[in-house]
Amino acid sequence: MGIAKGRNVLPGFGLSLGFTLAYLSLIVLLPLSAVFLKSATLSGAAFWDTITAPRAMASYRLTFMASFGAALVNVVFGSLLAWALVRYSFPGKKIVDAMVDLPFALPTAVAGIALTAIYAKNGWLGAWLEPMGLKVAFTPLGVLVALIFIGLPFVVRTVQPVLEDLDAEYEEAAASLGADRLTTLRLVVLPTLLPALLTGFTLAFARALGEYGSVIFIAGNLPLVSEITPLIIITKLEQYDYAGATAIASVMLIVSFALLLAINALQAWAGRRAAGMG
Amino acid sequence: MSIRVENITKTFGGFTALHGLSLDFPHGQLTALLGPSGCGKTTLLRIIAGLEQADAGTILLEGEDATDKHVRERQVGFVFQHYALFRHMSVFENVAFGLRVKPRSKRLGEAEIRKKVMALLDMVQLARLADRFPAQLSGGQRQRVALARALAVEPQVLLLDEPFGALDAKVRKELRRWLRQLHDELHITSIFVTHDQEEALELADRIVVMNEGKIEQIGTPQEVYDHPATPFVYSFLGTSNILRGDMADGKFRPGGNAGSLAYIRPHELMVTRQGGPDAIAATVRRVFEFGALSRIELAGENQSYEVEMPQAERASLALQAGDAVFLQPRRLQVFAADGPDYVI
Repeated sequence: MGIAKGRNVLPGFGLSLGFTLAYLSLIVLLPLSAVFLKSATLSGAAFWDTITAPRAMASYRLTFMASFGAALVNVVFGSLLAWALVRYSFPGKKIVDAMVDLPFALPTAVAGIALTAIYAKNGWLGAWLEPMGLKVAFTPLGVLVALIFIGLPFVVRTVQPVLEDLDAEYEEAAASLGADRLTTLRLVVLPTLLPALLTGFTLAFARALGEYGSVIFIAGNLPLVSEITPLIIITKLEQYDYAGATAIASVMLIVSFALLLAINALQAWAGRRAAGMG
Repeated sequence: MSIRVENITKTFGGFTALHGLSLDFPHGQLTALLGPSGCGKTTLLRIIAGLEQADAGTILLEGEDATDKHVRERQVGFVFQHYALFRHMSVFENVAFGLRVKPRSKRLGEAEIRKKVMALLDMVQLARLADRFPAQLSGGQRQRVALARALAVEPQVLLLDEPFGALDAKVRKELRRWLRQLHDELHITSIFVTHDQEEALELADRIVVMNEGKIEQIGTPQEVYDHPATPFVYSFLGTSNILRGDMADGKFRPGGNAGSLAYIRPHELMVTRQGGPDAIAATVRRVFEFGALSRIELAGENQSYEVEMPQAERASLALQAGDAVFLQPRRLQVFAADGPDYVI
């Protein structure tokens, strides 16, 4: 009668799902499939040669390792920053809080030029670091620094609200049961933060994988040493090698997607655990 | 373990939560800190636990100064109002937490931990839910897990912050009875905070009534209920009718200069058809007939009254809304603005 089978309490399921799929196809899937279609104009052997060329292989290694490393660094120091912003009040807190978002807003090329200026041999920091044997600008280390810079806000902004919701009562309960601070952090605070940390990590990692603007200035772009994959793609495009560019791009796409899927699965598991669902 | 609190003062910003309180909690007793919200009772409990630092004063645990001791070393079990169970741990792991975080030299073996936790879960009747997570439990079950977790470390003192505050009326009553039984078995010095006078009267050996950061009265439930020391205690512990009047020859007379206030419980007001000396004229407004006691609301000259009487008495009086009757106090307690109080 009134309640027909299959009718949902929330109306509009068909409409919203249809819209979601259509929109996603138009905005995301269509351009991405164009990448694969274009790369399919290459013969199998040519495709394989392009994506396994030594320069390409070196760039994958640098891009994925530097992105992963930068995301890790950001998880550690980003959560420390979030902790300080949530748990303590200090003069200028509002300003520090606002500064966290700067890497979001700054044109990445500006960030790249600024970082290069600072870390170059005659820059403020470079002048100190280079005599100590630590070369940052124009090395893979420079790539890492740039990726840390642009990824920081992702971790801070995902961890911050969760920390704000974490009642001090849990830590007090742990202390009253005899746990010291370190044990409390390890057994009580960290497991609660884990889903947010993973989300922050994923976002920072994904952002770093695709980063181009800030990196090319500081990296020096030496083939086989400090050349990132997005730069190889751009170089190929500039040489009108569209098929080659999309071939490399499809490798990036597939690997990134696989990694993000794996992290998402991990995150879902951590989320269930933190919520106490098994 | 006995607890002694001396001259405890605590302020938050410009607000003084506790005004130099001194109190004794004898060994093995169950004491209620009773008062309206904002009276400082939870702050006092947290200071005793070591979760909050007093601005001035000392805390003595078993005669030993514990003011600067960390909560970790005070051997207190604290049950939080909203339980603060660790959401990512099973019921078993929550209870085992205190045993697992002990320094390696004092830690029990896995088998012993298991045995002890299961014994505690048996005691709180939750052994079959050991593998559940807090999110899968009802309020009353969470409360019992929190209690078992606090007891696992064998505390010398058990502190409970509004232990039944978040539960519905039926569960609250059951848990109250159960907690009293548990206390009679364990005899651990316990303090609980509540704003519910019925809970304090039913559960505690001793009640400390607090208001605005000060102690109003300390006594057994009987003492506090029958002989309230201040008008605040009288009105906080139950419904009261208040008459304005004067004391003359050791007797209270309504009206006059109104230098005194007489407090009367609803069951201590008698309803009569004929007026006597000093009887108060009133009109019956509503009669509630459910239960063993009938409740009658009356309107006087400038105020309303509430009376309770057995069903049979109401029936013999044949009271109905609109009836003009007289009220006569059987027993009243008179508080003067600036003098000792009288009980008549």
